[in-house]
Amino acid sequence: MRSLRRFLSRLGYFVTRRQDNERFREEIEEHIALQTEENLRAGLSPAEARRQAMLKFGGVEAMKQDYRDERGLPLIENLMQDVRFALRLLRKSPGFTAVAVLTLAVAIGANAVVFSVMNGLILRALNVPQAQSLYIIERASDKDSSQSYPNYLDLRDRNRSFDGLAAYNIDQVALDAGKNPSRAWVFEVSGNYFDALGIQPYLGRVIHASDEQGANSAPYIVLTYAYWHSHFQGDLSVVGRVLQLNRHPFTVIGVTPPSFRGTVLIFSADFFVPITNQDQSLLNARGNHWVSEVIGHPKAGVTPAQAVADLNSIGSDLEKSYPKEDGQMSFALEHAGLPGGGFNVAIQAFLGGLMLLAGLILLAACANLGSLFAARAADRSREVALRLALGAGPTRILRQLFTEAVLISMMGGVAGLWGSVVLLHWLSAWQPFPQYPLNMPVNPDANVYGVALLLSLASGFLFGAAPVKQVLRADPYQIIKSGSTAAVGRRFTVRDLLLTVQIAICAVLVTSSMVAVRGLLRSLHSNFGFEPQNAMLVDADLNMAGYSGDGVPAMQRRMIDAVQALPDVTSVALVNTPPLQAACCNESNVFTDETTDLRPSNVTAKAMRFSVSPEYLHTARTSLLSGRDLTWRDDKSAPRVAVVNRLFANKIFGSTANALDRYYKMDDETRVQVVGIVEDGKYSPNITEAPPPAMFLPILQSPSTEAWLVLRSSGNPQQLGAAVRTKLRDLDSGLPLFIQTWNEAMDGALFASRMAAVSLGILGVMGAMLSVTGIFGMAAYSVSKRLRELGIRMALGAQRKEVLEAALGRAFKLLAFGSTAGLLLGIMASRVLAFIVYQATPRDPLVLAGVVLAMALLGLVATWVPAQRALTVDPAVLLREE
Amino acid sequence: MVLKTLDVLGPLHGYGLARRIEQISGGLLAVNQGTLYPVLLKLEQEGAIASEWGASENNRKARFYRLTREGRKQLQAETKDWEQTAAIIGRFFEAKAEDLS
Repeated sequence: MRSLRRFLSRLGYFVTRRQDNERFREEIEEHIALQTEENLRAGLSPAEARRQAMLKFGGVEAMKQDYRDERGLPLIENLMQDVRFALRLLRKSPGFTAVAVLTLAVAIGANAVVFSVMNGLILRALNVPQAQSLYIIERASDKDSSQSYPNYLDLRDRNRSFDGLAAYNIDQVALDAGKNPSRAWVFEVSGNYFDALGIQPYLGRVIHASDEQGANSAPYIVLTYAYWHSHFQGDLSVVGRVLQLNRHPFTVIGVTPPSFRGTVLIFSADFFVPITNQDQSLLNARGNHWVSEVIGHPKAGVTPAQAVADLNSIGSDLEKSYPKEDGQMSFALEHAGLPGGGFNVAIQAFLGGLMLLAGLILLAACANLGSLFAARAADRSREVALRLALGAGPTRILRQLFTEAVLISMMGGVAGLWGSVVLLHWLSAWQPFPQYPLNMPVNPDANVYGVALLLSLASGFLFGAAPVKQVLRADPYQIIKSGSTAAVGRRFTVRDLLLTVQIAICAVLVTSSMVAVRGLLRSLHSNFGFEPQNAMLVDADLNMAGYSGDGVPAMQRRMIDAVQALPDVTSVALVNTPPLQAACCNESNVFTDETTDLRPSNVTAKAMRFSVSPEYLHTARTSLLSGRDLTWRDDKSAPRVAVVNRLFANKIFGSTANALDRYYKMDDETRVQVVGIVEDGKYSPNITEAPPPAMFLPILQSPSTEAWLVLRSSGNPQQLGAAVRTKLRDLDSGLPLFIQTWNEAMDGALFASRMAAVSLGILGVMGAMLSVTGIFGMAAYSVSKRLRELGIRMALGAQRKEVLEAALGRAFKLLAFGSTAGLLLGIMASRVLAFIVYQATPRDPLVLAGVVLAMALLGLVATWVPAQRALTVDPAVLLREE
Repeated sequence: MVLKTLDVLGPLHGYGLARRIEQISGGLLAVNQGTLYPVLLKLEQEGAIASEWGASENNRKARFYRLTREGRKQLQAETKDWEQTAAIIGRFFEAKAEDLS
């Protein structure tokens, strides 16, 4: 109670800043006057009386300090005083301030960006109720989250540990709202999807389990809020409208709330349709894992481990009942959000690595600023000594130094955060692939601001601590007497160590960014097993245009003929999905001809499976090593044939030489004869994977409604695209086409490497910047400290070379040492890089030479100014000055 | 001590207080007189005493401190506390071995 009143009174004083120093002064005067009078009465001389009175009173200034401490809030008052003083000092050296703030802004900005991406993609959950307990069911063996529809139904109906398991599949469809048919991305969802997630409609209603009444029973569409706004202008009367979806009528029944855009964090769906409208053959195929994900909340009180055990018991049952279709059916759970299937792990590893690098950058920046601060403290040693001599305690002086450091770090933090917010907003809006509605919801939230603030504070204290020892050891008497040219130590100091560590970190960054960039450059010119230059891809999915059955091959043939007739086109072919496409590829189990029991555990190899038209191998420039190409005569009535790649031949038949004309078995028990062998290539969009076996089947024998036209032409892609579009629209005006060059289409496959190269490149540049400032600070400091010594050396006739050696030899030694250490570390780190960046190898003379050259250049740039200063020392002027 | 002095002698200025404390303690407590002022400020902030300007004996401007009701209460509480403490310590000094057996 009393202390509260006292605090309020102090606070009141602090806020109003009442100036009653006067009162205390008067009281003191009065006191001393009275005492003097009394001393006079006691018979002392007037002067002696006053002296005695003063002595009795004690130190007036110290008393005043005590009084002030009792009166206001001294902690805050002193802090503000320190801040004002620090601001004044910083304003006096704008160069130093700018370098320090910029360095920190870059480092903290980098951390904020990387953390925000991590926050958006990994830490932040989906925008659905109780997202923390929403899990994806994955297969434990390969972390694949896809399931077949019959297996999903078994899991849904037989489990006892989930509050409803929902399934969804992502698909692309053609939506015709009366005008031009356009492509849209759709979530095909199980009937219980919205109810299992707890999503309420924004408008109309959502799909419920009761809508599923067998095949094609629920031709309903639920739009997302964003699509409703962009394509229907937020029209409230949209509910009840009938739209053509892949040329089938579907009724719009509702709109989802604005916050919900599907259950994949980086993917924004356009609308939702019931999964029961899929092909019956797909819905019944137990062996076809086409359903993207199965998700659900475990029941209250059921732990994830219990839920997994429950699922596994169903799985082992399924293994027994369907030995042919269901291989390993043991499960694992993964938090819903990012798409499963290894993507999660890869992105976590990548972001983790990036975070580590960003952290290293911040550490390097701190080391850097620490040495700058130490240098500055040394320059200010006279001032500090003076203050110590005048009676300031070391805590007071350290507090001042820390205030300065934290002030700089806060300014840097705010600047960095501002930059990162701008960048993040741009990143959030960025759609890297025009064909896919993928984006990264990485807008910063309170977490990001908090972390940035914390990092700035922590780094302020970190680099502010660098000069502490120096200040505490300072002997004011010595410093004031001899000036600031204290002996230059030959010892290896902490500061030197910091700088070496920092140079090493920079070298690591430079090395890894060079390795990544070089890998990327090489990957652009590497051999993929096909030639993407001067080729175009036309995605012409006939399923979307409403074709089925025998109509498909006939239409495909007509499309090929129509495009072939265009003047610039040298060759045309069809493929179900081109290699290095996001949708690539279908994988099939293949068996040797001798295998009789075709269950998954007896599989000889898993092979990529392509349905291609004749001429495909020629058009894609996949070279035929032996045998023949496929022809139009390889149709349904002809014996089954295939062209396989070299790996396939080696795996199934032991060698390439004796594979020709031999037979193998597909998992549907058909015997297929090998008629040709082609080179290996890259197929799946994960470009760093080793090339797998592959087979190319004639499209007439294994038809596919999904088909891309590949055409080779020397003409201008833009004009050619337009010509192809008109030509094909002439055949059928309802074809939803997507035309791009093959190189553009490969962006997705190269995206990871490109992102890695770009981010590493940026980090490398940052690292280089930091070490330039670090070396510069160190060199400038050592030159300015030894200026007098250098002057004397020159006066005594030292050569330029010797002067330089004396001034900067140490900086160069540190640079060489740090670079070597960093290069070695960087080479080790590059092994990790090889997983992301295609063909990243540090054992590349160009990379090694590049790193050495870059580090040498950095050293040269950083020491240029100090070197000039050292060389232009005029001994006469200098010695006079001192 | 400050509170008790003010209680006994009524309103006093700083010098007067210092002198009285010195006298009462028989010169044993002759510390730096200046240290009195921060203590006075603290007590005033706590509301135990109040102060105002007035004229001293020889008509000089001086600041007089007086006890408030709050301060009187505090004095009583502290007197009681002290008496208790003194009594306990006193008993320890008076205790003899045979009393405890």
